[in-house]
Amino acid sequence: MSTKLDTNSENEKVDIGDYQYGFHDPTDKYVFTGQKGLNAAVVAQISEMKNEPAWMRDFRLKSLEIFEQKPTPQWGGNLNEIDYQSIHYFVRASAGQERSWEDVPDDIRKTYDRLGIPEAEKKFLSGVKAQYESEVVYGSLQEDLAKQGVLFTDTDSALKDHPELFREYFGKIIPPDDNKYAALNSAVWSGGSFVYVPPGVHIEFPLQAYFRINSENMGQFERTLVIVDEGASCHYVEGCTAPTYSSNSLHSAVVEIIVKRGGRFRYTTIQNWSNNVYNLVTKRAHAYEDSLMEWVDGNLGSKLTMKYPAIFLMGEGARGETLSIAFAGKGQHQDAGAKMVHCAPNTSSRIISKSISKDGGRSSYRGLVKVDPEAHGCKSNVVCDALLLDPKSRSDTYPYIEIEDNDVAIEHEASVSKIGEEQLFYLMSRGLTEAEASSMIVTGFIEPLVKELPMEYAVEMNRLIELQMEGSIG
Amino acid sequence: MSLLKISDLHVSVTGTPILKGVNLEINQGEVHALMGPNGSGKSTLAYAMAGHPSYEITKGKIEIDGTNISELDPNERARLGLFLAFQYPVVIPGVKVADFLRHAMSNVRNPDRKEGEKLIPMREFRKELRDQMSELGMDLEMARRYLNEGFSGGEKKRMEILQLAMLKPKFAVLDETDSGLDSDAVKVVSEGLSRLAGAEMGVLIITHHERLLEFNQPQFTHVMLAGRIVETGDASLAAELHEHGYSSVRERHPDVAAEEVVEAV
Repeated sequence: MSTKLDTNSENEKVDIGDYQYGFHDPTDKYVFTGQKGLNAAVVAQISEMKNEPAWMRDFRLKSLEIFEQKPTPQWGGNLNEIDYQSIHYFVRASAGQERSWEDVPDDIRKTYDRLGIPEAEKKFLSGVKAQYESEVVYGSLQEDLAKQGVLFTDTDSALKDHPELFREYFGKIIPPDDNKYAALNSAVWSGGSFVYVPPGVHIEFPLQAYFRINSENMGQFERTLVIVDEGASCHYVEGCTAPTYSSNSLHSAVVEIIVKRGGRFRYTTIQNWSNNVYNLVTKRAHAYEDSLMEWVDGNLGSKLTMKYPAIFLMGEGARGETLSIAFAGKGQHQDAGAKMVHCAPNTSSRIISKSISKDGGRSSYRGLVKVDPEAHGCKSNVVCDALLLDPKSRSDTYPYIEIEDNDVAIEHEASVSKIGEEQLFYLMSRGLTEAEASSMIVTGFIEPLVKELPMEYAVEMNRLIELQMEGSIG
Repeated sequence: MSLLKISDLHVSVTGTPILKGVNLEINQGEVHALMGPNGSGKSTLAYAMAGHPSYEITKGKIEIDGTNISELDPNERARLGLFLAFQYPVVIPGVKVADFLRHAMSNVRNPDRKEGEKLIPMREFRKELRDQMSELGMDLEMARRYLNEGFSGGEKKRMEILQLAMLKPKFAVLDETDSGLDSDAVKVVSEGLSRLAGAEMGVLIITHHERLLEFNQPQFTHVMLAGRIVETGDASLAAELHEHGYSSVRERHPDVAAEEVVEAV
């Protein structure tokens, strides 16, 4: 018998600081940089630049009003310091979307090379979208998938090229008045991915979108819409990075997902924004009969993240699962979690959340499990584990449970552990340094989630965690 | 030949003195047994040797070939060739046995290895792991499990012996490795140890059982009482203590016995 011995701890020594994506490109060749600040004229200009139909312009302007009316939330993290008038809401870095990396402007292409996207695309992706500032600069999709009717395009093009499909679903899962930041996104949205998987089509390798902010005081507001039709399946992965600046940037996305009867969809995020980015994202999926929707949500970067991917279980037998990892380092606050809303009988949900806090970082789990009346026979299981690496750091758990039916089974477990002196001693007595031992304990802590990632992302996640850990234990 | 030398060792735990002047010399190739009633300080000696941060050395020193290791971090002691088989091995969730062992082995076999430098080649590691596991009658699947997570008592102890086999220390301290095991498991562990402990290894066996010593005949038996080694003899002393307990030792050393802390029941 032969046993495969996996090991992913053999990484090359990376000779850089805490954050490796903090570089930026020159911005002098940009096609268009909108003025700073937000008002109706700015919103109308975005719509005009994109040659949108009147209904979309009106939708945007109406959303702006909602944004302005809604108060700034006073829960979660501190949002009061965001200066909306110091942000660029629309920046067009290149003239259009290219189908070959060769045609992408040099500076931008080099950035994606450094991020390893073209290489990953060759090896294991079914399609790629690369968004740089406000718009998608590169897009690809394997030919056979296109032939089967799969759509993978940027959301701006989808509005033009597939207006009926677009209008049927856009803003239906997350309407502009859902929350202040959904309203903001609805007013100034640009870019994002539009995915349609026709009935019965299975996409073997992931579709990937990569979001990059480059300039200072930039706001990125991509809008993603995914429709997985009956019996179809797909895995979508997104990654996010930005340069490190002393002033703040804002990323506020809206992601709407529909998984129809018997469909399966997994949405994986590895968010690694630099520590000056506010990351305020609304993500929600509707899962119909016997479908499976999964969020795998890795939050490593940003100054403040507030994100609670939601699954509404709309049809009998639907299943929802959220795996969430948050890493809060110095000056970071990760307020993340999940929402599961059981709207139909015999639906099941599972939330697994793991957070790590170090160097005074703060991570919070905030989650909701809701069972509507007459949603009999539902099951839900929530597990939250937090690991604190030092006494300066903080972890909180805010679980909300609303049950309106008697015939349900809900479990909730939460634990907070400090990195154990006994664990450190045990590993160190075997020759590991304190830093190696800590890193190994942290890697082990998130292993149950990391093993759910495709191999390449698992390696990346472990490497990012090791970078976060580097030099931090003294 | 290497020498482990402990001189006049005093150790306190949270300010309470536990060891009160321990002297012990172990040469590579020798097997020593350390016996004594509960609370006499045997495990304290083991932890203090390995460098547990809660065990404060207040006086005296521990040397390997003349190098004082008393102030060194546990990993530096490991790299100098010291190994402690834990009485209660610690669970490390999510860390695969194989990943852990390969990393530990890379550091101990190559003491100058810096963080982030290359690990020992996978092929070499795998072959050795496979060989050692089959010698110990361990299922290779165990290498893919998380370290000590969900292991039975016997599996944990066998895992300690596997680590001993892979790290090949100059000096091994076994802290009640036979406790909590059924007699079959004790046999496996004893045989494993006797196979490993050759001319290249000095062994200190802390034990209550005769079984472990049956396969690993000690040249020296030490008896600890109230934080001191009060008697040293050969294998026959171990046998006597098994048979008759510690009352005769207490009678021979009434002053020390008077210092024994009576454990609250």
